[in-house]
Amino acid sequence: MMASSYKDEDGHISVSGTGAGAGSLPSKKPENTAFKQQRLPAWQPVLTAGTVLPAFFIIGLIFIPIGIGLYVTSNNIKEFEIDYTGLDPSSPCFNCSQNFSWNSTKPCTCSIPFYLEQPYESNVFMYYGLSNFYQNHRRYVKSRDDSQLNGNEESLRKPSKECEPYARHDNRPIAPCGAIANSMFNDTLELFYSDPNGTKTQIPLTATGIAWWTDKHVKFRNPGGNNDNLTAAFQGTTKPINWRRPAYELDSDPENNGFINEDFIVWMRTAALPTFRKLYRIIQRRNTMVPTLPRGNYTLEVVYNYPVRSFDGRKRMIFSTISWMGGKNPFLGIAYITVGSVCFLLGVILLFIHHKYDNRNNNPDISSN
Amino acid sequence: MLGCLYVHCRSETTSQDKGLRKVTRPPAPSPRSCASRLCSVLAEKERRVKANDREHNDRFPYADNRIKTSKYNAFTFLPVNLFEQFQRVANAYFVILLILQLIPEISSLSWFTTIVPLGLVLAITAVKDATDDYFRHRSDQQVNNRQSQVLIRGSVQNEKWMNVRVGDIIKLENNQFVAADLLLLCSSEPYGLCYVETADLDGETNLKVRQAPNVTSDLGDVSRLTDFDGEVICEPPNNKLDKFTGTLHWRDNEYSLDNEKMLLRGCVLRNTEWCFGMVIFAGLQTKLMQNCGKTKFKRTSLDKLMNTLVLWIFAFLVCMGVILAIGNSIWESWIGRRFEVFLPWGESRSSAVLSGFLTFWSYVIILNTVVPISLYVSVEVLRLSHSLFINWDQKMFCGRTDTPAEARTTTLNEELGQVEFIFSDKTGTLTQNIMAFSKCSIDGQTYGDIYDEFDQRVEITEKTACVDFSFNPLCDRGFKFHDSSLVEATKREDPAVQEFFRLLALCHTVMPEEKSEGDLVYQAQSPDEGALVTAARNFGFVFRARTPETVTLWEMGRAVTYQLLAILDFNNVRKRMSVIVKNPEGHIKLYCKGADTLIFDRLDPSCSRLMNETSEHLSEFAGEGLRTLALACKDIDEEYYEAWAERLRCGSTAIEDREEQLAVLYEEIEQGMKLLGATAIEDKLQEGVPETIARLNLADIKIWVLTGDKLETAMNIGYSCNMLRDDMNEVFVVSGQTRLEVQQQLRSAKEHIVGLSRVSSPGDIEKSDAFADDSVFEEAIIAEYALVINGHSLAHALEPQLEHILLDLACLCKTVICCRVTPLQKAQVVELVRRHRGAVTLAVGDGANDVSMIKTAHIGVGISGQEGMQAVLASDYSFAQFRCLQRLLLVHGRWSYFRMCNFLGYFFYKNFAFTLVHFWYGFFCGFSAQTVYDQWFITLFNIVYTSLPVLAMGLFDQTLSKSYRTSVTRTVCATRACTNRASRTFSSTSAGSSCAPCRG
Repeated sequence: MMASSYKDEDGHISVSGTGAGAGSLPSKKPENTAFKQQRLPAWQPVLTAGTVLPAFFIIGLIFIPIGIGLYVTSNNIKEFEIDYTGLDPSSPCFNCSQNFSWNSTKPCTCSIPFYLEQPYESNVFMYYGLSNFYQNHRRYVKSRDDSQLNGNEESLRKPSKECEPYARHDNRPIAPCGAIANSMFNDTLELFYSDPNGTKTQIPLTATGIAWWTDKHVKFRNPGGNNDNLTAAFQGTTKPINWRRPAYELDSDPENNGFINEDFIVWMRTAALPTFRKLYRIIQRRNTMVPTLPRGNYTLEVVYNYPVRSFDGRKRMIFSTISWMGGKNPFLGIAYITVGSVCFLLGVILLFIHHKYDNRNNNPDISSN
Repeated sequence: MLGCLYVHCRSETTSQDKGLRKVTRPPAPSPRSCASRLCSVLAEKERRVKANDREHNDRFPYADNRIKTSKYNAFTFLPVNLFEQFQRVANAYFVILLILQLIPEISSLSWFTTIVPLGLVLAITAVKDATDDYFRHRSDQQVNNRQSQVLIRGSVQNEKWMNVRVGDIIKLENNQFVAADLLLLCSSEPYGLCYVETADLDGETNLKVRQAPNVTSDLGDVSRLTDFDGEVICEPPNNKLDKFTGTLHWRDNEYSLDNEKMLLRGCVLRNTEWCFGMVIFAGLQTKLMQNCGKTKFKRTSLDKLMNTLVLWIFAFLVCMGVILAIGNSIWESWIGRRFEVFLPWGESRSSAVLSGFLTFWSYVIILNTVVPISLYVSVEVLRLSHSLFINWDQKMFCGRTDTPAEARTTTLNEELGQVEFIFSDKTGTLTQNIMAFSKCSIDGQTYGDIYDEFDQRVEITEKTACVDFSFNPLCDRGFKFHDSSLVEATKREDPAVQEFFRLLALCHTVMPEEKSEGDLVYQAQSPDEGALVTAARNFGFVFRARTPETVTLWEMGRAVTYQLLAILDFNNVRKRMSVIVKNPEGHIKLYCKGADTLIFDRLDPSCSRLMNETSEHLSEFAGEGLRTLALACKDIDEEYYEAWAERLRCGSTAIEDREEQLAVLYEEIEQGMKLLGATAIEDKLQEGVPETIARLNLADIKIWVLTGDKLETAMNIGYSCNMLRDDMNEVFVVSGQTRLEVQQQLRSAKEHIVGLSRVSSPGDIEKSDAFADDSVFEEAIIAEYALVINGHSLAHALEPQLEHILLDLACLCKTVICCRVTPLQKAQVVELVRRHRGAVTLAVGDGANDVSMIKTAHIGVGISGQEGMQAVLASDYSFAQFRCLQRLLLVHGRWSYFRMCNFLGYFFYKNFAFTLVHFWYGFFCGFSAQTVYDQWFITLFNIVYTSLPVLAMGLFDQTLSKSYRTSVTRTVCATRACTNRASRTFSSTSAGSSCAPCRG
């Protein structure tokens, strides 16, 4: 009885309901839009054997070749590295590394012979590498005055507090100020090729084009604008304590002197990790017929100025060629290969499990409901 | 304009509900309103107001009629708003961070990395607060500048509302808003009557009568009102809309005042040309304003979880800081010391330990991105949108009453997905509360069933012929009755039948409205009454007019006017109402209708036989799920009445304990009555109730029905909505009268269940009494049980000694029905479950008697039905039909919870992923707090770069969108899985370190 009367009421309601809706008052009925009724298209992946297995195989098949390609490319990049720190008594630079003094006027030089087993064909990039050198320490990183480096006269005279304790020396402002500039790498590296005949020729090294364009042209500017006389522009300032020469004597080329000296700019772009390498010189390829660096004996002549022994540092010199993917970096290729293989393997395992234990028929699948 | 006041009043509450501001704490009341409230609390024990005497009244600190709901003005906005915002932990934290960043020694990030997001968050919140307040200012101003007519120095002058003062006499005209809480003095209608609509106060749209005190009702003209110098002594301002106690002192006499003589601010005058009233409470002290802005804030478990998580994250941050600081000390003493050629320690870092200490703070700054500043704002945005989705849902819209669902609180959405217990009212919630007079028992004879020629009862369907009421020109055509024998009985002028319908026509509080001759509309406060009066009307006892002192009936075609001597009104304790009338012949009679048990206790011993017969009929009616009332009457001696009436007059002027005194007097006269019969009203089930209950049951949500109805009715409704079924193993009925009985019944029921399950699972029987292992047990019980308990027993069962047994037993049962419960007991039951089970509870109801339960439960749902709006006003969600509950819980609640969990997981994930890089990098940069990313990137990462993706997911993510319609079980599984998912998401994102205490 209850049920029947309930149904009667039901019908009654719907009739009167439509009547009320058409009444004169605007109905409060919510709008029937996809947004308001939450009917916007939504999709959620349903993970079944049919979707998961192909996905694994496809990922595997795509990733493994990419990884192999990357790995081969990286492997084709030639790299050569020598450590010239001179900690070992047998090393040519042992003496230089032991008798170090910031103030010594006589430069200590040492030469390291080495043999290149492979010729280097295209442009060769020459790096210096430092280890255990915390260029990423916060106090070190912020110890610079960007406005001074951008040629601001006022900052030149009054370096920012961030530069302390390398802001003033002998009551004169330091230009460039700060711990980064003060600790600039100042070894000089020169490369000589020994002919099979025994003649020693110096290999020309290009010192420009090693800094970022924006750094060279935007971020770093000499004080005094286009004034050619850098000496006058730096009047009243003093050189950083550890430097041997003031900033305006870094290079004879006016386009590579003062704050826009590229070695300086490269140094000022601090490295992210305590073991790093920085571009030092580029060995341009001159003749298409001859390799840039042919196989043979070479000598690296080092003017040993930079002390690293106190903090267990290491100094290295590196040659490297580059490819479309940059310098030598096998990691990316290995990562791709690993992920691809794992996916492929999982695919195989899952396929096996799916085949062996599939019991869909006796178990109502959720998605079929 | 209509309803403007209401909106005005609610603007405070709703804006708080929906505002961004609301997350942490309710805003402090404005200093001014606080002060005035303080005054009223501290200083005012009673209020003395003298009419037309501003000097006298000014001596007291009574508020004037200016209202101020706004919180700021142009000058105080910035300081006050900022002060409020910085009371939030997250904001305060970022200020501390900012201060840290200003110390150059430890500043690892520039100050702008903090100030930009902080400023953005503060600005958004401030703009929101400012707009809210602007609208409050506007509505304040609009209300304050309304015109009212005030009697000043002998003439009626126009005055702005805000200039009205306590003690002023105000003239109101038809359809005007009442400006303040007034004592009605006189009106254009006879006897000083006037009609008001209180829709803005309690949401009820029927007209209510107010009557001026007899002494002042003839002060009709201005000059006499000017001379009126009565003094009203009454209670201090409070927020009880339906209560007022006070006395009027005038010309050395005392007159009692009650709520029936008051016009409250927010009402609208209707059907009355004009009336005069004296201002008793003004402005913020009016009952309307006292009811504003005191929303109780409910927090969800996710809220708490979020706060705990933030604390854990904070602890995690400190941990990382400590590890890195120690690392720094070690690094500086081993490596940094030797690196001094290039990087000297300087003066500030004289030792490695000091360096480590400074580094700790530097890392606190750097790692601050794990503590999500934008989290609270984003969560607010999400919740607001989820509530809007609820408001916009067409499937929760009721076309018949044109009511969309409304999320009145925005903060509880995700809690909806976790509800485990639903406490439901019956009348108006499960049933439609559209009452139809269906059966009656008069003088031992039942009417209402029809029988065929073989004396078999015939099922009543739509096609069954209805009784023809055409003999009665005043009948209501919508009324349907199938048993013609009752009409014949009335036509025969059977005295018992006549008296029966006379009672129905006299004993009620319905207001008639006769728009044109014969076109009667009844305005009834409760649908039961309306149904009964309508029934009487159709059977020839037409209730036509009412004045405060008379009731006019049209008895079988002739007008009879009864003098109304007293109304002994209905309340939840008395559960009956009576009228005392004097008929034209001069006999005084008391007519009483009410709950059968209470009436039967007060009957004259002579009608015990009739009582037995009637109670048989009553249980039969109740067995069909009908609502029953017993009717009785009594002849009263004139002298006895006079004496009683005198004492009533005394009692009703008392200020203290008036209610109790009246109750005793009422009790005294309602004795020794003669039984007339009983009525049975049918209350139809709402659309889709059984299906909804079945679905909710499948979702493992327990539904308890708490009803004021009698056992049989409640059980019957239980059967009809599938909560009780014949195939259930056992239905336990607990109806003991004493504590011991109840205890025994509960014990045996529990042992029955536990004992049966023991058979299958061998376990330690001693343990079965222990509270702890019952929860394990609940899972194991496959058999279905139901528990029905009545109010008497519940009172005992809720005592501290028994409540555990009750709870255990109730949780073992699939269905629990509590009948005959009082509103307080409803709240107690909810509280019991809430306290001991720790489960999320939801209470759903439609009437004023459900308010306490709605407020007690985690989530209160109001059904906007026939019984006014109190339940809706107290609720967190409201809609028109019970069946919307399944969509609210299983769709909106689940989505909300899912989205919120995923959102939080995603949010914490991105912050952790972003920040842990710095922890990792610490090991490579000498623990020096060097950042990896650019500072602007850190600044904008949270609030710009990554805010939209997480928000989009939190807004639009839909899991198993279509499954709801097609397969409930799937939804259910997902609902359950959701909880697991949530805890998993949290613990995995917190990298195991901040494993949150999630409910599994």
